[in-house]
Amino acid sequence: MNLFSLIGDFSSFFFRSLFIPWKIRTTRGRILEQVFNIGIGSLPIIMIIAAFTGLVSTVQTTYQLIGTVPRYIVGTTVGRMVLIELGPILTALMISGRCASSMAAEIGSMRVTEQIDALEIMAIDPYRFLNLPRIVGTFIALPVLTVISEFIALGCGALYANYFLNIPFSVFNYGMIHFFSMRDFLGGLVKSLFFSLVIGASGCYFGFIVKGGAKEVGRAATYAVVTASILILILDFLVALVIFG
Amino acid sequence: MIEVKKLSKRFDDLIVLDDVSFTVGEAQLVVILGPSGTGKTVLLKAILGIVPVDSGEVLFDNTVVQSAKENEIYNIRKRIGFVFQGTALFDSMNVCDNIALPIKEHTRLSNKQIRDKVEEILKIIGMTGKERLYPGSLSGGMKRLIAVGRALALDPQYLFYDEPTTGLDPIMRDRVIELIIDLKKNYRKSGIVVTHDLDIAEKVGDDIYLLKKGKISKLKKIRKEMYNG
Repeated sequence: MNLFSLIGDFSSFFFRSLFIPWKIRTTRGRILEQVFNIGIGSLPIIMIIAAFTGLVSTVQTTYQLIGTVPRYIVGTTVGRMVLIELGPILTALMISGRCASSMAAEIGSMRVTEQIDALEIMAIDPYRFLNLPRIVGTFIALPVLTVISEFIALGCGALYANYFLNIPFSVFNYGMIHFFSMRDFLGGLVKSLFFSLVIGASGCYFGFIVKGGAKEVGRAATYAVVTASILILILDFLVALVIFG
Repeated sequence: MIEVKKLSKRFDDLIVLDDVSFTVGEAQLVVILGPSGTGKTVLLKAILGIVPVDSGEVLFDNTVVQSAKENEIYNIRKRIGFVFQGTALFDSMNVCDNIALPIKEHTRLSNKQIRDKVEEILKIIGMTGKERLYPGSLSGGMKRLIAVGRALALDPQYLFYDEPTTGLDPIMRDRVIELIIDLKKNYRKSGIVVTHDLDIAEKVGDDIYLLKKGKISKLKKIRKEMYNG
């Protein structure tokens, strides 16, 4: 399959999965289940990643700026960096690693054990039954996880600055709040919405097209994560260009 | 009535179905015999419109599957129960949820009514009390029975069995055969059984066909024709 047919196939799969009758009565429960799996299930790992993101960005910013600019600029720089870039992208990459792979593996093994054929034979649209809840579930869970990770990263950054870098909370907060722009926060959220769509879609797509056995299921999981990660970085650039460019 | 008319299908150079025609009448079980790898499962999936065919057509009570719209195909499929060779039960759901899935998706029955329906089906297949078990904890034979149960969920007019007795021990094999006969006699389920098991063919088949090298032919004396063919 060449790149252009892959893009065409992926796009038509994405639209076929979302633009169908949702049958909310039966699909609602499956969407909530995915929101729970992706959201609550990923929370511990997101908290760990966010804490260290905040710590590292505070250390690096202080190392590069202290002595040349006022101390409150550390709060400003860490705040904007986390809201615009680090929060959305690290959360998305982490969710891509955790969830896109599991979606591809789960759907892929359903494909090789004929469970997807069974759905079709039972007159249940597999796109609605399998893909829609996962894509929508990621779309709901990822922005929430992003906001949580941003709060944790900033909190850990402020704590570290206060106790180890001699930058009191009040100074760190002044820099963060004084230069806070709603556009930074919303821009990060818009990014995470786009990221959620590619994570859900690539997880489902590579699982859905599996042919063969266990080896192909494993390969599908790898493709799903790699594709989602590349698309996240491409979209990061494009959204940044539109909102902040 | 299901009418299969001159169905042909090839995968590259391999001819799987070559002008295959037969009919499934009211409360009739048609058996398609053939060695493994001859395309019996492809034939079943082609009849249901899951596998596209190169030529020919299938009529379900005068609706042509190959030219039917998506909603017409779904309406046809609701009238068919399919028992997969590998059972294709959903690993993440217990027995009750596996059987209840098509009912939840296609009817507006209350939870209580769905539970009653599942219990009724479990009684028919002789698996009462197994509602809470997951497919992973069931034996191959039990899974096969549950797969029959799921196929019965929407009270279909037709049942398709794909190698229903393959890999089962003799006791479980007899139980599955008895269930197929019971469903035909007492519940008037028509259908197709594809198998390479001569014993089940003789016991359940009203009409028996041999599928070999893509060609289908009706058998009268099974064992003689199978071994000489």
